[in-house]
Amino acid sequence: MVDSYDIIVIGSGPGGYVTAIRAAQLGFKTAVIEREHLGGICLNWGCIPTKALLRSSELFHTLSHADAYGLKVKEIGFELDKIVKRSRGIAKQLSDGVKFLMKKNKIDVIDGHGALAGAGRVQITLADKKTRELIGKHIILATGARARELPDLKADGKLVWTYKHAMVPETMPKSLLVIGSGAIGIEFANFYKNLGADVTVVEVMDRILPVEDEEISAFAAKSFTAQGMKLLTGTSVKSLEYKTNSVVVTMTAEGQPPTKVEVERVILAIGITGNVENIGLEAAGVKTDRGHVVIDGYGRTNVPGVYAIGDLAGPPWLAHKASHEGVICVEKIAGVEGTHALDVSNIPGCTYSMPQIASVGLTETKAKAAGYTLKVGRFPYIGNGKAIALGETQGMIKTIFDAKTGALLGAHMIGAEVTELIQGFAVARTLETTEAELMATVFPHPTLSEMMHESVLSAYGRALHI
Amino acid sequence: MPIDILMPALSPTMTEGRLAKWHKRPGDKITSGDVIAEIETDKATMEYEAVDEGVLGDLLVAEGTEGVLVNTPIAILLIDGEAAGTPRKASPAAPALAPLQPAPIVAVAAAQPMAAPSGTRLFASPLARRLAKERGVDLTQIAGTGPHGRVIARDVPANGAGQASPTIASASARPAPVPVPVIPGAGDRTIPHDGMRRTVARRLTESVQTIPHFNLTIDVEIDKLLDLRRQVNAADESYKVSVNDFVLRACALALQKVPEVNASWTDAALIQHAQSDVAMAVAIEGGLITPIIFGAQNKSVVQIAREAKDLAERARARKLKPEEYQGGTFAVSNLGMFGVRTFNSIINPPHAAILSVGVGEQRPIARDGQLAVATIMSVTLAIDHRVLGGAEGARWLQAFKQLIETPIRLVV
Repeated sequence: MVDSYDIIVIGSGPGGYVTAIRAAQLGFKTAVIEREHLGGICLNWGCIPTKALLRSSELFHTLSHADAYGLKVKEIGFELDKIVKRSRGIAKQLSDGVKFLMKKNKIDVIDGHGALAGAGRVQITLADKKTRELIGKHIILATGARARELPDLKADGKLVWTYKHAMVPETMPKSLLVIGSGAIGIEFANFYKNLGADVTVVEVMDRILPVEDEEISAFAAKSFTAQGMKLLTGTSVKSLEYKTNSVVVTMTAEGQPPTKVEVERVILAIGITGNVENIGLEAAGVKTDRGHVVIDGYGRTNVPGVYAIGDLAGPPWLAHKASHEGVICVEKIAGVEGTHALDVSNIPGCTYSMPQIASVGLTETKAKAAGYTLKVGRFPYIGNGKAIALGETQGMIKTIFDAKTGALLGAHMIGAEVTELIQGFAVARTLETTEAELMATVFPHPTLSEMMHESVLSAYGRALHI
Repeated sequence: MPIDILMPALSPTMTEGRLAKWHKRPGDKITSGDVIAEIETDKATMEYEAVDEGVLGDLLVAEGTEGVLVNTPIAILLIDGEAAGTPRKASPAAPALAPLQPAPIVAVAAAQPMAAPSGTRLFASPLARRLAKERGVDLTQIAGTGPHGRVIARDVPANGAGQASPTIASASARPAPVPVPVIPGAGDRTIPHDGMRRTVARRLTESVQTIPHFNLTIDVEIDKLLDLRRQVNAADESYKVSVNDFVLRACALALQKVPEVNASWTDAALIQHAQSDVAMAVAIEGGLITPIIFGAQNKSVVQIAREAKDLAERARARKLKPEEYQGGTFAVSNLGMFGVRTFNSIINPPHAAILSVGVGEQRPIARDGQLAVATIMSVTLAIDHRVLGGAEGARWLQAFKQLIETPIRLVV
């Protein structure tokens, strides 16, 4: 007897499990297949455990400056194994939470490796190597992605790490080289730097955090350099030479002779690649492009009844993008009225470094390139009462408007808690507010959010506190 | 501090208007509620009443100025004996397009994305409102695709008509269509467009371009109707009922009998209206306007006659309020008084049909194999073929014909 479902989701990361819950809410008989841990990378090896690690390093940093707050701390130190243990405990707690949510929504969870097996069929390889088949009217692939490696840049897990290894260090490396300065690279660089490692970040582009606004990149570079981080931009790593307990890294900057540097550990953070292998894509004839499944705005692949969402379906590689794509996908299947494809420009991006970085919409350069005439506003943390009281005076909020229509084209922030602030501008963009509504909105005093208001006012020459 | 008096938005869609007339002069004392000016919008002239009290200072916009943007200062109000020239209170930075008077609520299926009927609150994003203003688009005529039918930026067509563009960027990049140049020759007169001319041009073009029109003509005998009309008018001199008033009444009843015609097309669904809100086309200097007899199925022919007369008079004086001519569910156009026999009208969205009424004239007819003379009026029903089929239109015409030819049913 083969079980059949309306919706089968392969993968239970933030894309897959949210998709399953929404499907169940819409009355579909739903199953989720997971080969490892419920919650996927996000909960177990990504977003959440790294935030736990960063919280420890941030507190350590703050305690190191206790004096500035009038506090006396006798002895400051850390135990790496306890920091890691806390992070793992939080991951476990959340994974259990997902398990509860599946049960609550009457979603069948099947442990095993799922793959397409002909029209409307999924074959699952269970832990004991036995196989089981399910029939599904709609099969949603949400298998996620993994760290990208290159022929000359491979991780061994001991000396050269991916994010997964970097999250569970056994000892604190004295020196660390991070290849790639996207959100993942920068967050690990911050964690290890705060706990005392000598950190170098290598970026092939001409600036760190290359997807962010140039002004924000420059601000971040200045902050990180001031903290003692070494940033090598416009530089590419050519080879990694393994020693007993160190790696010799050969790098070249454009037009420069190659240089060598010896470090204890290397972290590879050069992007991610979709988990397209061994899920039956070829046999089913599902179209892929450079490591990702090709979909339309509703997650539909070229094969009827087969869908893909999240990291598997391409960038931006963000948990919240995956969740939204999943919801849109099942709502479209259910025929929910008013379902629209996700507007990628409304997806905020966050980096949990010190200072934090958050943005939504177009950068100034991209907005100009798109032909807009701009009104740009900026407001610095040093002009905000709450920021000064917190002792967080480094940062700025930048807003970009279309001079013609007043549309908020982009918002870019760096500083304390900006990852919690950015949603205000995400809401504004989704509601299509113009500068007028933002100016008319009352922001509470004293808060960091007042800087958002001031930044908008500043774009129109009306900032009050600067 | 002196207060700027701003150009008011007299309807939800008004973005600019003509300052038709100043009723007060600098130095006049103003009390709240005083009419200070007359503002001409796209279809009507409305009186602008003062909100604050004081003395009128400088007039910033001269009488007869066209295209005054909503929320631009038009005059200065001096408070508490201030002298002219005192620094003014800054005017609000952003134009607010919300209607000034609270709008009556009309029951519509709230979840249906549809063009907002007049008189209801218009749900549109701030950006969509800006774009509409900039591109000269009437937001009430747009079916929103946002949540609960909210009009959002992508719904606003790039240049006033045609398809909505997928992104703002490509919309602004799209070149505007190049019109064939018309060069005035010697002796030609150039008449600048006013708001109404522009509105009529845009709406009728839109209608012809988007609605598949389909016309059905039928002849109705009106001898009995003319008799009845004489009796009705002889009974009381306080009113005068026209043939057209009977036609309006017959339309209202026929719409109740064949409700398929009393409908509106929206992208998501057909809306079948409960009320017969019958609009009548009134030719006025410089254009055309269609005031509405709301709920005409519940009004007697005398009531309709009185209302129609009042509406037509105020239409000619351009004194109609927007809610009196926006919306409706059906329209009647009558050119019989010019001797026109039959003609095809253009549907006035959101209506699904319009009746063109020709002249009532004596014509030879064959009755029971004999040649006879009867007063015949030809009427043509234009229907929106997306909403209706020919058979439904024909059933409606039959219902109409029966009512006109058994006219007692129009008065009892």
